[in-house]
Amino acid sequence: METVTLTMKNQPDLYLEADNITPDAFAGKKVEEIADLHVYVGREQHRLGEFFEVSGRAGATPETTKIVINGDLSRVKYIGMKMTGGEIVVNSDLDMYVGAWMQGGRITVNGNVDSFAGTGMKGGELIINGNAGNYLGAAYRGDWRGMSGGKIIVSGNAGSDIGTFMTGGEIIIGGDVDVHVATHAEGGRIVIKGNAKSRLGGQMVEGEIYVFGTIDLMMPGFAYRQDVDIDMDGIKGRFALYEGDLGERHRKRKGQTIYGKIYQLIEA
Amino acid sequence: MAEYLIKNGFVFDPVIGIRGDIADIAIKDCKFVETSEVKDPKVIDAAGKTVMAGGVDVHAHVAGPKVNVGRNFRPEDKLFTYKPRSGVERMQGGFSVPTTIRTGYNYARMGYTTVMEAAMPPLYARHTHEEIRDTPILDQGAYPVFGNNWFVLEYLRNDEIENTAAYVAWLLRATKGYAVKVVNPGGTEAWGWGLNCENIHDPVPYFNITPAQIVKGLIEANEYLGLPHSMHIHANNLGNPGNYTTTLDTFRLSEGIRPRSKFGRDQVMHHTHVQFHSYGGDSWANFESKAPEIIDYVNSHDNITIDLGAVTLDETTTMTADGPFEHHLTELNHLKWANTDVELETGSGVVPYIYSPSIKVCAIQWCIGLELALLAKDPMRVFLSTDHPNAGPFTRYPRIMKWLMSEEARNQQIDSFKYRDKVIDATNLAGIDRELDLYEIAQMTRAGPAKALGLSQIYGGLAPGLDADVAVYDFNPNEPYAPDDIETAFSSAEHLFKTGVQVIRDHEIVSNGNKRTLWVNAKVNENPQVMRDVREKFLRYYTVTLNNYEVSGHYLPNPYVIEVDATQ
Ligand SMILES: [Zn+2]
Ligand SMILES: [Zn+2]
Repeated sequence: METVTLTMKNQPDLYLEADNITPDAFAGKKVEEIADLHVYVGREQHRLGEFFEVSGRAGATPETTKIVINGDLSRVKYIGMKMTGGEIVVNSDLDMYVGAWMQGGRITVNGNVDSFAGTGMKGGELIINGNAGNYLGAAYRGDWRGMSGGKIIVSGNAGSDIGTFMTGGEIIIGGDVDVHVATHAEGGRIVIKGNAKSRLGGQMVEGEIYVFGTIDLMMPGFAYRQDVDIDMDGIKGRFALYEGDLGERHRKRKGQTIYGKIYQLIEA
Repeated sequence: MAEYLIKNGFVFDPVIGIRGDIADIAIKDCKFVETSEVKDPKVIDAAGKTVMAGGVDVHAHVAGPKVNVGRNFRPEDKLFTYKPRSGVERMQGGFSVPTTIRTGYNYARMGYTTVMEAAMPPLYARHTHEEIRDTPILDQGAYPVFGNNWFVLEYLRNDEIENTAAYVAWLLRATKGYAVKVVNPGGTEAWGWGLNCENIHDPVPYFNITPAQIVKGLIEANEYLGLPHSMHIHANNLGNPGNYTTTLDTFRLSEGIRPRSKFGRDQVMHHTHVQFHSYGGDSWANFESKAPEIIDYVNSHDNITIDLGAVTLDETTTMTADGPFEHHLTELNHLKWANTDVELETGSGVVPYIYSPSIKVCAIQWCIGLELALLAKDPMRVFLSTDHPNAGPFTRYPRIMKWLMSEEARNQQIDSFKYRDKVIDATNLAGIDRELDLYEIAQMTRAGPAKALGLSQIYGGLAPGLDADVAVYDFNPNEPYAPDDIETAFSSAEHLFKTGVQVIRDHEIVSNGNKRTLWVNAKVNENPQVMRDVREKFLRYYTVTLNNYEVSGHYLPNPYVIEVDATQ
């Protein structure tokens, strides 16, 4: 593994759209070539090197390339977009769309991230050591193909509309979440270690939501079925199982109707 | 003034009857002229290249409220498809529902210069014209929809052809429309009751009229006026297994009627996107092609023209004034749905759709579209279309040309289908070895549609006196080529002239052209009853007043008015 280090030297006047900050774009390039990659500020195209000091060296392939980014990145979007392998470590807060449509590799953010982190994610790991904004692991606006694979781990809280149209993969939230969880989901798993508010699983067809804390208001489309004991992947205890959304179409597997499932912890 | 000479190209032009011979084409000001008439022309070297008139599209959904609903409710259609402005090109976006700007540029890139918007809700004619105005380069017209309009239903219930004609003339003038469009006659009105008209004798609730009466009456009103284009129909029962009998029944409504028009067309009915209307079987399980039955009828009746509605196997956005059909579709694919009722006039729906090569029905639909073209005896009456964006985006026309011109390309596609053998069993395409030539393509994409629109006096060919719309493609038909070379060449014209203005030079867009909007001004005898009915309906039912309805001049900065005199 080779490492490229980016250090913010000039703040952009507006926001910086930096979808070229990926192991895929950096792999096989010299430091000067990396500095020459383009970024957008508003409608204007600039060089990455105008905003970042670039040092170290990239690997020959994305898988052997690690990128470490330092400085205040709270106005940088799209880091790690569509990356297929390798690693990115960000030591700052970040703006929107980190790890959007990512397919592989790992991104670690040591800070908070704004909305749309992991949008349309297909694979890899996105680790946020802080809080996440709205639309975490959701589908792009309008799309019905949301997060389909990979894993998102948030140590803090997350905003609203997480996992919209999710079809696979896993989102784990250490803290609390806002409204609208797994809306329209057709698969995947969301684990909320803290409290949830309301509108969990609206129009959910398939998939699982685990809540360790409180739920302010259960959707009327979910019905209590039974209590179940679970012990897997750090999910351990007795849970109340609700199934829904009963207002939606549901497919059958071996004669059994498949529902979206909400598990709420009763006792650890 | 500007003079050009396009020298030594292989010219394909059904209007002057030239089939790939080397010839020179001269342009003076905005028209083609004899080569002897240009004195000091700018010379375009077209040696080794293909030269054709500008393409003419009779049927596409490119402007107006339902197109814009498609754009608005599918932001994902624009994801990663934006292109920033550069040179004279303005910013563009979208794939199946592109921005107006991209619509104009992408048609031009394919060598098309005239495109008709196929369904304009009269109430939203202003919006339609605003989008047309914002679509660069292309000459355009729009067809207002009549098949579910309360005036029409009430007049035709009593066989009042003269009143229907007077209303049609009034509405064409009020909306600056080009032709009489009919979509699911009676069925969209029935949709207001949660019903549909599934065959031509299924009565429309409340109005006590059948689709057959509506279609026949509108053909008669159209010929009473002698409009440039014929009645243009999307029949009942679109998209359902077994619907080919409804299509044949609809065709038969034109039997024995001859055109009464001085605009040179031979048909009294244009049936659009016939692929969607050529289905056999009685379920999706035994769904099959009835293209041979359908095209046999078309081949033997010269008062009908059709366009294909060929499926391109893409992710796209369906949109139609056939409201009940779009509801049916969203129930099938569970994707998002938009639905609108347009007061006294029509309705519409919009649903995204993915024509997947691994779904049997989609593969059969793909075969049917191509079968219609390949079994056609007269390419002057069968036009290339995708019912953009319903069966696929118009930007795939060059790919359809490849399939029509190359059996090898078709077989490659058939062999890649997941249900190859079942698809072959349910269709006829695998047994067809016909390969269309560029002359036939020019008939299906230029001369034929121009004639059917009643516009052969300005479009569709390279004869002196016609508007100088001409494309030069980097394609040598006399050298060996791979099927994909066809698609590549016809996707990107090397040069394009629109009304004598060079809009593409060396594959680059260099001008936003001088687009015109065509509309038909039909003069009829004064008809106090119809004008009283119009005033009364606006007072009683419409949410707008007449003054806020009619499309005034500033919506059409560069109008091209076709005058029709139907006074008698
Ligand atoms: Zn239609
Ligand atoms: Zn259409």
